[in-house]
Amino acid sequence: MEAWRLFKKSVNMVLFGTRGYYLWCAFLLTIIGVALTFYIDQLDAGLIVTNMRDQVSWGLYIGNFTYLVGVAAAAVLLVIPAYIYHFDPIKEIVVLGELLAASAIIMALMFVFADLGRPDRFWHMIPFIGTLSFPKSLLAWDVIVLNGYFVLNTLVPIYILVKSYFGKEPNKNFVIPLVLLSIPWAVGIHTVTAFLYNGLAARPFWNASILAPRFLASAFCSGPAMAIIIFQILRKTAGMKIKNEALFKISELIAYSMFINLFLLGAELFKEYYTGTIHLAPLEYLYQGLHGHNSLVPWIWSAMFMNITAFVIFLIPKTRENLITLNIGSLFIIVGVWIEKGLGLIVPGFIPDPLGEIYEYMPNITEIFVSLGIWAFGLLIFTFFMRIAIPIQRGDFIRSKYAKATARPQYERIKP
Amino acid sequence: MLSMGAMAGLSMGSISCTRDAVEEFLQKHFREMTEEEKKQVIRRLEAKYLKKYGKEFHISTQPADTGVLWGYGLDLSRCIGCRRCVYACVKENNQSRINPQLQWIRVIRLKKGSLINLENAEHYYNPETVPEPGFMYMPVQCQQCENPPCVRVCPVKATWTERDGIVVVDYDWCIGCRYCVAACPYKGRVFNWAEPNIPSAELNTGVHYLGNRPRMKNVVEKCTFCIQRVRQGRYPACVEICPTGTRKFGNLLDPNSEIRYLIENKRVFRLKEDFNTEPKFYYFFSA
Repeated sequence: MEAWRLFKKSVNMVLFGTRGYYLWCAFLLTIIGVALTFYIDQLDAGLIVTNMRDQVSWGLYIGNFTYLVGVAAAAVLLVIPAYIYHFDPIKEIVVLGELLAASAIIMALMFVFADLGRPDRFWHMIPFIGTLSFPKSLLAWDVIVLNGYFVLNTLVPIYILVKSYFGKEPNKNFVIPLVLLSIPWAVGIHTVTAFLYNGLAARPFWNASILAPRFLASAFCSGPAMAIIIFQILRKTAGMKIKNEALFKISELIAYSMFINLFLLGAELFKEYYTGTIHLAPLEYLYQGLHGHNSLVPWIWSAMFMNITAFVIFLIPKTRENLITLNIGSLFIIVGVWIEKGLGLIVPGFIPDPLGEIYEYMPNITEIFVSLGIWAFGLLIFTFFMRIAIPIQRGDFIRSKYAKATARPQYERIKP
Repeated sequence: MLSMGAMAGLSMGSISCTRDAVEEFLQKHFREMTEEEKKQVIRRLEAKYLKKYGKEFHISTQPADTGVLWGYGLDLSRCIGCRRCVYACVKENNQSRINPQLQWIRVIRLKKGSLINLENAEHYYNPETVPEPGFMYMPVQCQQCENPPCVRVCPVKATWTERDGIVVVDYDWCIGCRYCVAACPYKGRVFNWAEPNIPSAELNTGVHYLGNRPRMKNVVEKCTFCIQRVRQGRYPACVEICPTGTRKFGNLLDPNSEIRYLIENKRVFRLKEDFNTEPKFYYFFSA
């Protein structure tokens, strides 16, 4: 009975809110609506409505997928210090970090779905019902680890939140093993995603053993950077309690990760440029242009500029602990890593193609809108998660108060 | 995600809620069908093609013969780059003609003096007459690898190697993820980015389930050594059309076959041998 009340109350919290909340949801829903019309068109006409072709057969969708798996994996960065070292300021935001990871996984899976030519045959991938090619295909591995990670990252926060609602402490014997499991699992999802590309001998740009470590390093930059921005927004709009100290701690961790990311990039650039074999071609295409084709060059150099600038900002304690420079650095990392790991990773893998052809790819309006729609959907889900999670964490939405339930959630009347 | 897949499937079923659509949606993997189920599927497909194209198709499911492993030989000294093979293949195998135009064979033009580095290969050369002085031509198609990377990566086992060595695709099982396209070092696979576009008059109605039967949008396809022909003792269309005798074909297990003679007596090589894909496609120079 109490569980039913919790559910009903949660639905109320999602459905009713301030004008700002309605505007935000309407904004996201509009984008989703427009994206849906583009997606229906894609289903109807086929993937020909995108700019992908046989030469470059993956594009913006798979780029976004890769990036978001990284964001999801980075939840571990918030989990490790919070649970292992009992670092208090971070502990209170771990639940929200994990919900961010869960939202990112939803988006990542939706991007794969958008890229699938035959979504109607999705059931062919379901284990035991279809013919999932496990363990031979890395894509099969990815389906399994991503879904497992999603379950893990929703189970733990929901369990903790429900316990808090009932005013109880979570059972450590249940939570701690799951949290400990989620740490290697986070490393696992991103490693498997890297291996997806890494395992293709036909594509020398991806067939470098440095790929998985680089994936992890850059993920540990973009995920926490996103968390820094989101937590500040939630602090303003939802009155979430986050101390600056926690944000600064996260930014320090980003500085280390970015150093490793840049170091690994340097190692790769050295090897390819110094030896100068035919395998240099994709990197040359990316950084300098190849045979007059150079549409990615301005993108990758912008990414380079943003990543290095952010690294400097996050390295110096003074700029790291100033909210303005901290936010500039975070935005730079979010965008910089997105370029590096989205278009900058997927497209050069296909250029030149195995028979030396160059087809220049840039996403078109369909791909851009479908992608925006998936991002909007993910943000909407995350907003709903926060709508319920924050009041519980604040202690405003607990069992004893349900009797005084009103149309409006309690916490909105409290001015932060 | 799982439920989303089911929903997409269900909603598609309800748009054209006929029995055929439901059967098509639930159709099993080709290799898991019983003989009776295969017959049913063939009947449904033949009726569907008749309705769609106004032509009677005969769809074969003829299995591989024992004691056969197909191999291909290509004489680089003879190829003149005329691309007759490309178009004979398109016609024989019912590839989409325009929007998109799909071709299973790609003839690349290389400047003499370079063979391994394909970065300077020209794909869209178009002179008045061929051959041109100073150039050589290299046709590339699916190399029917013994160790095919495309088969390894497929997440749903929609592609596999038949007993006679031909790598085939079940077009009704492919989910359109294009992982195989990314994995192939020879550009051996092409994707139906839209509903195939073939004038009814140009359709080849003698087809094999795993070969040249009409495909649908958003699935992958590839060269099958003309499975519909070779399993009936005929040469692939590209071998038959070639005006210079560049293309050879035969049974690798038959010590008296032409392909075995070539391997034993000519200096053959295989494309990108360092990938360990073990192609059954041998290039050589007769002169």
